[in-house]
Amino acid sequence: MTKVLRLDAVSRRFGDRQVLDGVSFDVTAGRMTGFVGANGAGKTTSMRIIMGVLAPDAGEVTWDGSRLTRQVRRRIGYMPEERGLYPKMTVRDQLVYLGRLHGLGAEAVRRNAEDLIEWLRLGERAGDPLEKLSLGNQQRAQIAAALIHDPDILVLDEPFSGLDPLAVDTVVEVLRDRTKRGVPVLFSSHQLDVVERLCDDLVIIAGGRIRAAGPRGRLRSEHALPRYTLTVDGDAGWLRDQPGVRLLDLDGAHAVFELDPSADDQQVLQAALSRGPVRAFGPVTPSLAEIFREVAQ
Amino acid sequence: MNTFEAVRIVAAREVRVKLRDKAFLFSTAFFLLFAIGATVVPAMFADGASTVAVSGTAPAALDAAGLDVRSVADDEAARTLVRDGEVEGALLADGTVIALTDAPNDLVNALSTRPAVELLDPSAVDDTLAILVPMVFAMIFFFVSLTFGLQIAQSVTEEKQTRVVEILVASVPVRVLLAGKVLAGAALALGQIALIAVVALAGMRFSESGGALLTLLGPAIGWFLPFFLVGFVMLAALWAAVGALANRQEDLNGASMPLQILVLLPFFGVVMFNGDPVVMRVLSYVPFSAPAAMPVRLFQGDAAAWEPVLALVVLAVSAVAVLSVGARLYEGSLLRSNGRTSLATAWRDREARRLADLEAESA
Repeated sequence: MTKVLRLDAVSRRFGDRQVLDGVSFDVTAGRMTGFVGANGAGKTTSMRIIMGVLAPDAGEVTWDGSRLTRQVRRRIGYMPEERGLYPKMTVRDQLVYLGRLHGLGAEAVRRNAEDLIEWLRLGERAGDPLEKLSLGNQQRAQIAAALIHDPDILVLDEPFSGLDPLAVDTVVEVLRDRTKRGVPVLFSSHQLDVVERLCDDLVIIAGGRIRAAGPRGRLRSEHALPRYTLTVDGDAGWLRDQPGVRLLDLDGAHAVFELDPSADDQQVLQAALSRGPVRAFGPVTPSLAEIFREVAQ
Repeated sequence: MNTFEAVRIVAAREVRVKLRDKAFLFSTAFFLLFAIGATVVPAMFADGASTVAVSGTAPAALDAAGLDVRSVADDEAARTLVRDGEVEGALLADGTVIALTDAPNDLVNALSTRPAVELLDPSAVDDTLAILVPMVFAMIFFFVSLTFGLQIAQSVTEEKQTRVVEILVASVPVRVLLAGKVLAGAALALGQIALIAVVALAGMRFSESGGALLTLLGPAIGWFLPFFLVGFVMLAALWAAVGALANRQEDLNGASMPLQILVLLPFFGVVMFNGDPVVMRVLSYVPFSAPAAMPVRLFQGDAAAWEPVLALVVLAVSAVAVLSVGARLYEGSLLRSNGRTSLATAWRDREARRLADLEAESA
């Protein structure tokens, strides 16, 4: 059976502010789960609770059915929201240190460090103190730090924020490689385009509550409005008189319209074909941004 | 990986970082040079056996005084040697002592008859030493505990400021981090002091008058080490706590001010009141000043044999209490990221406790 990292009815308040309110969602092995929400929606708090940096007031976090213990958490690769490693330590030294703290033996940690350094093209700078590295290389080092112990689970808070496009590609490559090996990846982001491109599953949080969660495709179709586009050669103005059609936007040959649930989209298509060539016809799938706007209100 | 192993890994990193830190190496070198300077150098510059010329028969007293005697043919030859600086002084045939600029004290002393001297309090310490030794003990305790304490605080603040602490706390308990830091700080501080002590003791052995000094100082130094160690550990958790209260290195000075005063006061106390037996007795039992005050009393010969033992027990008990206060403050502030944490907030924060309870429940 596929292993699942599960948040089950997790709540947390700070003072009189309820930051998480019965948050439940799954992060499935081998899948990339995008965690989306506005600032202050509860993404970071959720991740900190997963990592055991904060305690939940209620609810629990489980991996493969049993509650997370430090033993299991040591096997998670974590990238905190505000990044940082030791500025004066060399890249290699901190990788080795973090690997050891995560329970790896001296030999294994050295091997992993060298592999990651090579893979992330940090070879020339691995012996330099972190603070001497360029920002891009510091971010690569941060990624290496999350991967040093060959984690079974990845929890990454805003892994793409502040990355240049090249570094984004590197991180994407790294994450895909891990999911292929069956690692579940939870990553938060407010860059919806990146999430759209990457995630298999999507979790949308707003005001401390989960507003939508599930496979990306399913969420899209669930949140798809009965909305279509049509492009013809001539003028599409005749749509106005078609039964069940409510025209939303008309730009000469191009139209966007909403269809009454009782009406048949194929009849509209046939009507269009009978008037001349049809260049494009189909349902409009909502973008992530649209779904987000819809559910997060 | 068990707790002990984790503490060792944390401590090893602290030590490694420190051993590569130029400021640390510089301060160690400075203290060592100081110790060498204070003990070995005077011995090197001290007059060795003076050479004296004797034109007549050399009295046995000169040899007995350890003077290097050169027999010369006559007074004229003796004068020449003195003028040429070949000898420090000369004893002429008529019993006159000659020298170039200053009277040659050791020669004059060797020839003089001294009255018998009886010291009523033979252990009483030389005036200079009586002032110098308390200063040195107080200064070493003050400087070393301040330097290493601040380093513990800085290292905590660094982890907090860079947020690396979140990664650490996800894999090891907060108390393991604390234990590792305290252990490393104590080991480094004690190592530095032991190194200085060894150099100072070796230097005294090397110097002529050092033998006597060694007998006097030996017990004081011997007791200073355990007192220092326990005293340092007691404060170390508090240093870690103030490091966790600060959110940035810039806040650290303000956050650590009460603690800096706490190590500064005993320093002044011992330096100012080391001549007052009553005050010193009190200071030698107060945990924060005991590490400096008790060795001074031992050196002054004022403390009974059981006193250092009792004071050390008092210190150890206080250390346990202060450690648990420090640990609670450290836990309560380490993961609070919005601005400087107040003492009261840190004391009330029970996040770490809740996490530990959850862990115990889940395991």
